[in-house]
Amino acid sequence: MIQVDNLTKKFDAFTAVNNISFEVAKGEIFAFLGPNGAGKTTIIKMLTTLLRPTSGSIRMDGLDPMHKQKEARQCFGIVFQDPSLDQEQTALENMELHGILYHVPRKLRIERSERLLKLFELWDRRNDYVKQFSGGMKRRLEIARGLLHTPKILFLDEPTLGLDPQSRNQLWTHVKHLNETEHTTVFLTTHYMDEADRVAHRIAIIDHGQIVAQGTSAELKEQTKTDSLEGAYLAVTGTSIRDESANAADAMRQVAQMWRR
Amino acid sequence: MGAIYILWLRELKRYVRSRVQIIVSLGQPVLYLVGLGFGLGPVFQQAGKGSYLQFMVPGVIGMTVLFSSVFSGIAMLWDRQFGFLKETLVAPVPRIQIMLGRTLGGATVAIIQGTLILIVCLVAGFRPQHWLAVPAAFIFVFMIAIVFAALGTTIGSIIKDMQGFQLIMNFLVMPIFFLSGALYPLTHLPRLLSFVTRLDPLSYGVDGLRGVLIGAWHFSFAIDLGVLGLLAAVFLGTGAWMFSRIQL
Repeated sequence: MIQVDNLTKKFDAFTAVNNISFEVAKGEIFAFLGPNGAGKTTIIKMLTTLLRPTSGSIRMDGLDPMHKQKEARQCFGIVFQDPSLDQEQTALENMELHGILYHVPRKLRIERSERLLKLFELWDRRNDYVKQFSGGMKRRLEIARGLLHTPKILFLDEPTLGLDPQSRNQLWTHVKHLNETEHTTVFLTTHYMDEADRVAHRIAIIDHGQIVAQGTSAELKEQTKTDSLEGAYLAVTGTSIRDESANAADAMRQVAQMWRR
Repeated sequence: MGAIYILWLRELKRYVRSRVQIIVSLGQPVLYLVGLGFGLGPVFQQAGKGSYLQFMVPGVIGMTVLFSSVFSGIAMLWDRQFGFLKETLVAPVPRIQIMLGRTLGGATVAIIQGTLILIVCLVAGFRPQHWLAVPAAFIFVFMIAIVFAALGTTIGSIIKDMQGFQLIMNFLVMPIFFLSGALYPLTHLPRLLSFVTRLDPLSYGVDGLRGVLIGAWHFSFAIDLGVLGLLAAVFLGTGAWMFSRIQL
């Protein structure tokens, strides 16, 4: 479903993604694990047409996202690392907007919006503004929205960041259910080993822009002779702490948060 | 077409829903109108130029539309920060449609703001030369809105933080306003200033409004409309190009 060959992304002198190749099969749940700044989000951005790769090739459902942009975009749904909802509109309006952008016919749009909002337990709050939602509700709404156009591939970039255990549990239950019933291919990144262990069929560990190990959870443990995924992870990435430099966007986000109250 | 419509509608919804903002954004032009319009009125009268209120109302309308439309473009900064921009950038829709929806939405909001301030002016005692001049003035309100909403979208595609925003306000938007002849006649100016005012897009918008509303032309109907039309095409073109190049 996803095939990546020798993908590289350089920002000036810094190489964020260095000659990466991997493959994700149809109907598979594939997880990317890696420390901060390892290049996970950069890869997702390239897969989802938000960044142009420096070199290398990407095929998604047989399409090159750089040349067949529109078709490629139609075939995936994405939940970004940070929220991407329109806070000033209601949950239902956000769904409606997404449905129109993704060319979902009106009747189907209304039906599926209702079904998805009910599934993610947001139907009762459909006419409330998103800015009144809790973190967990926003995440659920984003996933519901990402599924509205029945994507073949669902990208989840650290979807459980900042969620309580209940919301996390519920979210993964939905994702697994979706994968089993609709055979949606899922590509996710996370920091939580237990989540990857529980949900993903295959895992790739990425560090300094390169894949340092990949396989099923059991294979990774065996390769590193450890008894937990966390042990395997630390064995291949080391124990030093990575610092991501804050960029302009982070600074703005802080200002924005101050202004919101 | 659906994409253009839904993004246009979004801009409108946001505007209608933020009542505080509507009042705040009308406050500034009203301040200019009262503070300068009535304050400088006697001096203007003694200089033999007639009523200053009559003279500056087209300028204040132009200013309202300018600020409102540029702001709506720069509001993309917030969508960038709160993430909504990404949602539209990964959608399977040509970027030009996203850009057009946003720009037309911003322009529509600016036209509404301009209309509201015109009503305030009429209440404050402004009288157009003929009542038919009011609908004609909307040609220029519309053109100013399109030109500057497109400029706003272009700027919004480039700047990424609050400092950039302040830079644009102080070194672009305020000069466009002050050098446009919104507050003073463009005749008998020092040569350098006269030259600069001719480079200012808003000069032609304000002149068009003033010509239509009170019959005082500096350029002419054809020049004003021609220049604004040309600039609208140029800014829409560059805006679409810059917007299509956004990477996150």
